[in-house]
Amino acid sequence: MRKWFQSGDPWIWLIGGAVSISVVMVLGLLLLIGVRGLGHFWQPPIVEATQTVDGEERVILGTIRTTETVTAQAVREAGTHVPEGQELVTRYLLHLGNRDVTGRDFEWFVGDLLSEFRYPEDAIVLERQEWGDFYGYLVAVKEDGEVVAEGETAFEELAARLERSTALVAETVRLERYEIGRINFQIERERLAQRRAELDDGLSAEERAEVIAQSEAEVARLNEEYQVLFAELQELRGRARRDSLVALTAEGREVTINFAQIVRATRANTLSVGDKLLEYGSRLWEFMSGYPREANTEGGIFPAIFGTVMMVIIMSIVVTPFGVLAAIYLREYAKQGPVTKIVRISVNNLAGVPSIVFGVFGLGFFVYFLGGNIDQLFYPERLPAPTFGSPALIWASLTLALLTLPVVIVSTEEGLTRIPKAMREGSLALGATKAETLWKVIVPVSTPAMMTGLILAVARAAGEVAPLMLVGVVKLAPNLPVDGQFPFVHLDRRIMHLGFHIYDVGFQSPNAEAARPLVYATALVLVGLILVLNLTAIAIRNRLREKYKSESD
Amino acid sequence: MMEQNRQGAPLASSGLPDKGNRKQLNLRHEEISMEVRDLNLYYGESQALKNISMDIASKRVTAFIGPSGCGKSTLLRCFNRMNDLIDICRITGEIRIDGNDIYHPSIDVPELRRKVGMVFQKPNPFPKSIYENIAYGLRLQGVKNRRTLDEVVEHSLKRAALWDEVKDRLNDNAFGLSGGQQQRLVIARAIAIEPEVILLDEPCSALDPISTAKVEELIIDLKETYTIVIVTHNMQQAARVSDFTAYMYLGELIEYDDTAKLFTNPARKATEDYITGRYG
Repeated sequence: MRKWFQSGDPWIWLIGGAVSISVVMVLGLLLLIGVRGLGHFWQPPIVEATQTVDGEERVILGTIRTTETVTAQAVREAGTHVPEGQELVTRYLLHLGNRDVTGRDFEWFVGDLLSEFRYPEDAIVLERQEWGDFYGYLVAVKEDGEVVAEGETAFEELAARLERSTALVAETVRLERYEIGRINFQIERERLAQRRAELDDGLSAEERAEVIAQSEAEVARLNEEYQVLFAELQELRGRARRDSLVALTAEGREVTINFAQIVRATRANTLSVGDKLLEYGSRLWEFMSGYPREANTEGGIFPAIFGTVMMVIIMSIVVTPFGVLAAIYLREYAKQGPVTKIVRISVNNLAGVPSIVFGVFGLGFFVYFLGGNIDQLFYPERLPAPTFGSPALIWASLTLALLTLPVVIVSTEEGLTRIPKAMREGSLALGATKAETLWKVIVPVSTPAMMTGLILAVARAAGEVAPLMLVGVVKLAPNLPVDGQFPFVHLDRRIMHLGFHIYDVGFQSPNAEAARPLVYATALVLVGLILVLNLTAIAIRNRLREKYKSESD
Repeated sequence: MMEQNRQGAPLASSGLPDKGNRKQLNLRHEEISMEVRDLNLYYGESQALKNISMDIASKRVTAFIGPSGCGKSTLLRCFNRMNDLIDICRITGEIRIDGNDIYHPSIDVPELRRKVGMVFQKPNPFPKSIYENIAYGLRLQGVKNRRTLDEVVEHSLKRAALWDEVKDRLNDNAFGLSGGQQQRLVIARAIAIEPEVILLDEPCSALDPISTAKVEELIIDLKETYTIVIVTHNMQQAARVSDFTAYMYLGELIEYDDTAKLFTNPARKATEDYITGRYG
């Protein structure tokens, strides 16, 4: 035994065990969120069944989301009838949809009470703009209230007409979001111009009147333009609303649904595997590229992805120069002594400060103090409405930059320390000044270390949520921070963020069952995003390493 | 050769008085490149160089020998003020190059280092291409003309006897070269900026014998143009390449003379002990 310990084997086993546990945990985590998240986009078959409780029959139609086995006791205590003498019960969570008709779209059913499982071929599922999914049977397709197709041919008609209405709806959205959004933006700008003229003491009364008159004329012109667009929008909306369908719910109630409401219509039970894959791809794409609907529980997460990436990029742009310069000063110029020691300790401790504290600091310093003063100085015409004086993209990025600064400083310093003395001396001996040596030899050679710092910073920043809630991230941002309006990048806008989206959808959502798969899917996207950002940075670093490779590495 | 020297070396020096003419070398016939006068160097409290005075002959090779820690590298690094990098280092006395004291406050140190080039113990090329390594010094001086740079790079590499080996891969990373090639590259880099003096700090200690031979050949070749000061642990090397040799011990200059004289007929007992291996 003693010999075995001396041989060092136990340590190897210990190390190997630790590594394997870590790997298993990481892979398990990824697998869990991967399976749960990606599974959400797969269309399960629509099942119809009859539930019999105390002789009363109820037909249900929906998709099975979860199956679990529980003790009969628990089910009985929940108030559901279970035959005597039975100990275990299988129960199903069915997504029934039709929230507008029945009020709740998820329901648990005890397996023993269900009978006659059927997979009707003509059952359809509609993904809608509002009220969640609809499950039922298609009866007829109508155009302006007149029936144009019924029975067998109805679904083909539905599919064909849906394409048209989807295109029209997309056009109305485009018109609203971009065209009318642009006009609103310009009208606001004119209003601000007027206000600015009123506040400007340097203008004489005539000049002021002239500016205002000009601006009013512009507003009038914009309003006219708006009227035209609005008429166009109404007309488009009318056209998009032309078609509707009549469907029967499982209970036998007849429902009319307008085509403008429908995002996607599927006869899930007739789909082949190929069709299902196509459907899967389209849903996944919608999730990645769409805007959220229904309090974030449906639709896509594009604004959150965009917001996260923007924030991380701005953070990187800010933190890299600051961190690198600070590290260079500390390592190369500052006289090493108690003061630099204190600075270093402070920097290291900064990395350990809880992130919410940074959030509070960001809110107090960046948002209220800096932002408030910027508003006073540069945007007096907009007051009392804040411009930079409220949580915004730029403050979120700056707060994160502060949060990640220690990481960049520490790794850059480490990189600078690792550079062999001989390399510096070689440069100095050729008549280079200290600054020349620094910029031409030392800094290029230590760029891989800086990239390492940046990689760590990005990974930390992209995953941070707590401080962001205070300084710029919101549940639902009306606009992306980048658009076609001058100055194109709007640093003063609030953003959506994947991490916060997970929190919001998972814990603040009124419809927990519907939201749960989205939590996994969003988490998967966040992990994937961090991975992509990191791999990009690592690829750049490896290229730099190759370029500046030296014996010491 | 060394063996002959040893055999021929009379042991008469043991009888000579120790207070001989040990600082000044009679360089009447030589042009003097650098003059050291009463140089003392302290690292904090401890004194590393004690009262050194010597003249370095122009366009000759001067070798510093002595046991480890005797201050020969420290003395070498005084000539281009490399010791300035060490915070606790303090110097008194004078070193004059062309009559100007290089420790005078008005001296521009980078300018001085352009005049006094240096090659280090371990080859220290920059992690750049071979071409950029040579061009580095010129670019620092603001030379941008591509043709000038090309010419200088070629000339320097030829001068360092490296051109034939690297002419086809000037844009490769310098770290791809062997140790000996790297050391010659560093010498080429030093001569690219046309210094007056080249300081070599144990340039061959990290090289194999063949590379060493090449570098030594190169040193002998270079002394036509440059004043060379070399620090070496290898007495044979000092004997082979140098015209003058200084033996240092514990921060003092013990003996400084013609190489032939110092190795065959050292004036002092300590020198003789060292060169015959009886030291320590």
